[in-house]
Amino acid sequence: MSDVLAVADHREGEPRDGSYRLITAGRELVAETGGTLHLVVVGGDADRLAEDLARAGVDRIHTLRHEQAFNHDLYVEAIEAVVADVEPQFVLAPNSVNGMDYAPAVATALDWPIVTDAIDIAYDGSLTATREMYGSKVQTDVRVSEPVAVVTIRDSEWEPTEDAGDPTITPIETAEAESLGSRVLDIEDTGAGDLDIAEAEFIVSVGRGIEEEENLELIERLAETTGATLAASRPIVDNGWLPSNRQVGQSGKTVEPDVYIAIGISGAVQHLAGMKQADTIIAINTDPDAPIFEVADYGINGDLFDVVPALIEEFGGTPP
Amino acid sequence: MRVAVTVREVAAVDDNFEVSGTSIPEQYLEYDLNEWDDYAVEEAVQLKEARDEDVEVVVVAIGPERSEETIRMALAKGADRAVRIWDDALADPPLLDVRTQRTVLAAALKAEDPDLVLTGVQASDDAFGATGVALAHALGYEWAAVVNDLDVVDPSEPATVHRELEGGLEEVTEVNLPAVFTIQTGINEPRYASLMGIRQAQSKELQVLDLDALGIDRDAITPALELEAMYKPTSESDAEMIEGGPDEAAGELAEIVRDAGVIEG
Repeated sequence: MSDVLAVADHREGEPRDGSYRLITAGRELVAETGGTLHLVVVGGDADRLAEDLARAGVDRIHTLRHEQAFNHDLYVEAIEAVVADVEPQFVLAPNSVNGMDYAPAVATALDWPIVTDAIDIAYDGSLTATREMYGSKVQTDVRVSEPVAVVTIRDSEWEPTEDAGDPTITPIETAEAESLGSRVLDIEDTGAGDLDIAEAEFIVSVGRGIEEEENLELIERLAETTGATLAASRPIVDNGWLPSNRQVGQSGKTVEPDVYIAIGISGAVQHLAGMKQADTIIAINTDPDAPIFEVADYGINGDLFDVVPALIEEFGGTPP
Repeated sequence: MRVAVTVREVAAVDDNFEVSGTSIPEQYLEYDLNEWDDYAVEEAVQLKEARDEDVEVVVVAIGPERSEETIRMALAKGADRAVRIWDDALADPPLLDVRTQRTVLAAALKAEDPDLVLTGVQASDDAFGATGVALAHALGYEWAAVVNDLDVVDPSEPATVHRELEGGLEEVTEVNLPAVFTIQTGINEPRYASLMGIRQAQSKELQVLDLDALGIDRDAITPALELEAMYKPTSESDAEMIEGGPDEAAGELAEIVRDAGVIEG
């Protein structure tokens, strides 16, 4: 009852990077609980995926072969079966879009508590998860007052594990879900188009701070004047002010330009995930505590409506 | 057809705030309808408007009396009636865990027997992002999480949804009804309530239920999570802050950009 069962994430026949980070988190947790680490791979060519995921510290990999498309009913059934078999103390899953689709159902099916989007976990007889609230403005330490829990983690907070290991690989004995309640019909790429912001060397990116659609002209002018590529954070695309192939972040594009100027972007974690690899990050924001400054190399704590026109003039342009 | 929308009133925090113990004092908080739920309400109302036959949109919320203003806002945008659930047993602790929320909401929704339940992907304050799916499983409904496109033909036929995956990908999925869908921002353009809507909302039915009315045993909602600490994250920023007026700052910034070699000429 001190084991940890981690749930691998995979897409298009390959383990997702987060799976290797999840293994690291699982290894750290079992070091504290004194148990062993199990991994479960659901769907696709699970046994081949298990070979890829055979990393040091993983004791056993449980596999359920199925078609490649994601299906949460299969995850719930497979995880329930493994939990009944090995009786782990914690189920560890990625807080990915698919993780969000099965983990809460697993917790309900097992009648276990669930903690989501943990950025750190610790165990001292019971589990404490560190998680953010109020749009990353505060962190909280949340203690699970029951011995067991389903925990989803923000896997980017852990390093991927690289050492090869030699876990036992065993198929899951289950009466595969006979009638699935949902079926994947297709996967579409909405980020496609003539423009690929991922290839840009210089990006000027705009967020909620621009306030009104009419004001976008100001940022467009800066991009034109400097030859930069115009991009945006999620709210701008949600509002329909720019097309989705301009969106930087977890659900949009990941970019790595030489220079990234974030204008009026507070820096939600999903946005940071898509741009923190840029060489030089410059942030302009009125809130000195905005998370964007955590990843910025240079910051201006000021009003974009004052700074951007001045910047356009610096580069020889005329503000609108 | 009946569509239930579960909504939350959430608190947003001022830029300059302090933490006191494990909470943020009221003076720094501003309450509003959860942004994701706003999109869920809009999706339900659009579904109602697009169909000839009768569609009833019922808003269901857990919240104290204060949250009625937020619930009325959802009614003003076109929902037909609302159910608010509150009980002293829910007031403490302040952090309602996912299990408590889904137990309470499931009891309320069983009585409503909707064909479709819409809710936001997550609440902007506690950001659990788990209640909708947990609720679906508790109700024995089908579900899909992080939906940014929804097509419902008829309650007797599967709905087609798009789930927003990472990296610009969308999964097109067919889901049997009844189902719970957690709605992602950007799926539609939430309307502002009209003056007439706000007036009409005042006379729409808003039922208030406590745990007894839902037949929930208070012992069954023991919270599983204990909020031990709340604090501002320690800054790991090594950003060089550029001081001075806009012109001065812009001058310095231009130099940094030029030095990076991304400007031609």
